[in-house]
Amino acid sequence: MTDLRKVNIDGKEYEMPGRYTLMQACEEAGAEIPRFCYHERLSVAGNCRMCLVEWVGAPKPMASCAMSLNDLRPNRDGSPANIRTNSDTVRKAREGVMEFLLINHPLDCPICDQGGECDLQDQAIGYGRSETRYDEDKRAVEEKNMGPLVKTVMTRCIQCTRCVRFITEVAGVEELGLVNRGEHAEITTYLQANLTSELSGNVIDLCPVGALTSRPYAFSARPWELRKTETIDVMDALGSAIRVDARGSEVMRILPRLNDEINEEWISDKTRFVWDGLKRQRLDKPFVRVNGKLRPASWDEALATVAEKLQGDPDKIGAIAGDLADMESVKALKDLMENLGVRSIDCRQDGAHIGEQGRSGYIFNSGIAAIEEADAILLIGTNPRVEAPVLNARIRKAWLEGDAQIALLGAKSDLTYPHTYFGNAPSDLESLSTKKHPFITAMRKAKNPMIIVGMDALSRADGAQILRAVGKLAAEWKLVREDWNGFNVLHSAAGRVGALDLGFVPLKGGMNTGKILKAAQSGELDTLFLLGADELPMDQIKDTFVVYLGSHGDAGAHRADVILPGAAYTEKNASFANTEGRWQQTRAATAPKGDAKEDWKIIRALSDHAGRTLPYDTVQDLRKTMSTPKDEVFDPAKLGAAGKIKAAVFAPSSRSFWFTNPIARASEVMAQCASAQVTQLEAAE
Amino acid sequence: MASRHLAKEQPKTFAFSAEGEKQVKYWLKKYPKGKQRSAVIPMLWIAQKDHGGWVPEAAMRVIGDRLDMAYIRVLEVATFYTMFNLKPVGKHLIQVCGTTPCMLRGSGDLIKVCQSRIGSAGSISADGNFSWAEVECLGACVNAPMVQVSNSDGDLYYEDLDEASMNALLDELASGKAPIPGPRVDRVTSAPTGESITLTDASLFDGSRAKKLKKIPNAPAKTKKAAAPKKAAPKAKSATGKGGK
Ligand code: SF4
Ligand code: FES
Ligand code: FES
Repeated sequence: MTDLRKVNIDGKEYEMPGRYTLMQACEEAGAEIPRFCYHERLSVAGNCRMCLVEWVGAPKPMASCAMSLNDLRPNRDGSPANIRTNSDTVRKAREGVMEFLLINHPLDCPICDQGGECDLQDQAIGYGRSETRYDEDKRAVEEKNMGPLVKTVMTRCIQCTRCVRFITEVAGVEELGLVNRGEHAEITTYLQANLTSELSGNVIDLCPVGALTSRPYAFSARPWELRKTETIDVMDALGSAIRVDARGSEVMRILPRLNDEINEEWISDKTRFVWDGLKRQRLDKPFVRVNGKLRPASWDEALATVAEKLQGDPDKIGAIAGDLADMESVKALKDLMENLGVRSIDCRQDGAHIGEQGRSGYIFNSGIAAIEEADAILLIGTNPRVEAPVLNARIRKAWLEGDAQIALLGAKSDLTYPHTYFGNAPSDLESLSTKKHPFITAMRKAKNPMIIVGMDALSRADGAQILRAVGKLAAEWKLVREDWNGFNVLHSAAGRVGALDLGFVPLKGGMNTGKILKAAQSGELDTLFLLGADELPMDQIKDTFVVYLGSHGDAGAHRADVILPGAAYTEKNASFANTEGRWQQTRAATAPKGDAKEDWKIIRALSDHAGRTLPYDTVQDLRKTMSTPKDEVFDPAKLGAAGKIKAAVFAPSSRSFWFTNPIARASEVMAQCASAQVTQLEAAE
Repeated sequence: MASRHLAKEQPKTFAFSAEGEKQVKYWLKKYPKGKQRSAVIPMLWIAQKDHGGWVPEAAMRVIGDRLDMAYIRVLEVATFYTMFNLKPVGKHLIQVCGTTPCMLRGSGDLIKVCQSRIGSAGSISADGNFSWAEVECLGACVNAPMVQVSNSDGDLYYEDLDEASMNALLDELASGKAPIPGPRVDRVTSAPTGESITLTDASLFDGSRAKKLKKIPNAPAKTKKAAAPKKAAPKAKSATGKGGK
């Protein structure tokens, strides 16, 4: 259906869809419309009036964000309505609005963290008057507590309500509101409680003025002194697009970038605020354990020690890659291990039963953006709100805008959208499809049905059996079709899919993580190489010689006999495959700390020392040896293994959202968030 | 209107009285299924009446839980409408209209009376009887200046006041009497003062002068029994226009 309307914008005639707002139409016509309250991913509020345009003949200027072309009628003589964005009326209207907005604004730009990247500042210059005519008292508003992340200077607020709409609509927790009215209107949470959303930091970006700013970043830098590096995030398995702002050798803050296919323009609070973890607990030189004590060593000494150990019986050597391991280092480590004849390698430190049966069996096949098209979504053993908050916002969007039906079989939790709850017994999966329930019917009939299975389900001892049951459901409900693949695995580790793509799983006859650990406990394992693997029960490892390559002094480094200091994700150009299997690259924003090196280079140097020099000198050469596995025909019913699912229920994850990896665990801000969360929960009880 | 903050001292809990609960049920039924949140304003009002004229924070939580509504949303409503008092008030809350018509007709004098007898706006008189506030137009401009008195009897209008009658009104209230609402000058509701000078002949409006209609225009053709509807004579409006019934 074409629903085109003619409209005359600034003297030129256009034909555009009637549903376009005047703002969209004017932008399409190349005119710039200033705005404060309007945001494309939020509902229209129409309360700031900055977007006024003139409709020739109308008595007053129009808020262009809140009026569509359909609302216009043609002129008397039948010619299309005339919209002006550059007339005197418009200029005056904008000046008027600007003047009103600034009446109560403190104009404290020199001490405001938003200074230099403030919409109000920019638009005041572009569209405002040069001086104010107001000389009464200004209003002042008390600061409001919103928790450890969002700092408020509420006198600066212009009541655009973007923050309220974001928290309500996208984050899905109704916690922010505008209380009082008129001149006394104020933004606050209920009785100044902390914001509890994992996406709360996004209001800082949304706030067009400096009312909501980043508390951890407060007063630490000016935007123009920062070096901006576009890279990707590794705090969860989404690979959100981010920008890392650094000054000198320090990361000062992290902001989201636009990527409609992954994170739109949001990032989670962990992604945004983890940067102080990059400064703490860092491994900045090699260490070797001598007489039970770690002491600093030279690279040569450390590498030689490790190389010597690697000459031992390859069947008594194991390697485990951690959650943040990049693909280059995983590939290099795999090549080295293969070269040495070591077969016990694994990247699933949580023991997930996944990754050895074809690529479609372990990735998020439909893609993140396709969640919006789904009409029935079944979540199994996952809590996307904690594991991937940005993806959870997508699911919420599918519910909010697309009327998707959602159900959960897993630990009970508040997902921010209504859903059918099928309990927490994984054994119920086997009989789920025979259940008489409207959701099951919806799943069968859905145009784009989707299953999302998480690590809570797959990392259990009976993960393979659960995977089989899930795969059977997928087959029965025909989730895999010619034009749609609704079988999705939601990973929580950024490095996992990449490592699986490169086949970092036990080679024929090798041991997996569980068996490696057992062997380490019983003393059958001589050497264990940990590539940033920290989520292991280190106390079980007895006499085994442990090599730790990583960036942070976490569990792995504490147990290690040799520490090889690597680079964190903001310090290297490295590849990661996100949960969809999308290969992306990080860019180094700063140099590695101290003597630390990029991880793959360390392994390359180690191969030299071990006399097994790897055949690449540059990262480009290394990347040429990496390729995605070819996918065979995908039959979900064959995934996993046959057998009985245990009776044990899905328990709520004991891992806190704030502490899922060594960088986050080193961050003070994350610790503050966690304790604020605990205090708030206790207070609520 | 000053910035409205919640009272510092708050009761921990709140529950509707039996009567209040009845009214709550009545209001909840009024809205279509799924739209029960529309009852948030009536419920706040009932809570206010139940709680001596102001809405405690605990009531907002009770209402939020009842309506499955986020507390902040209830707070937004409660703070938006100035008819909800967020702090304790006197037994009688005097709301003096200060909008232009009332101001021109002397609301300033009434405010002075309040200030001298009660204290500053928002404060409660020493005997606990009174507090007062300046409000915007209450829609009785014809009888300007006026005040609305909210107490356990309801929310009553006292109109055509001046300094003397305002003092008298406060005296009456203080002595526990229930003064009759309405104008404090010689007039019926908003009719002119003194004798009526128009519409003095009752036949003008009692229907006796009307001609019998032979045929009602547009009536269905076949109806034979059709007769002119009886017109009721306009009744005088009750003086308690806005009584809290
Ligand atoms: S705090 Fe910022 S985003 Fe929120 S209403 Fe005020 S100006 Fe808008
Ligand atoms: S952008 Fe249109 S009114 Fe704010
Ligand atoms: S102005 Fe006072 S009642 Fe209208």
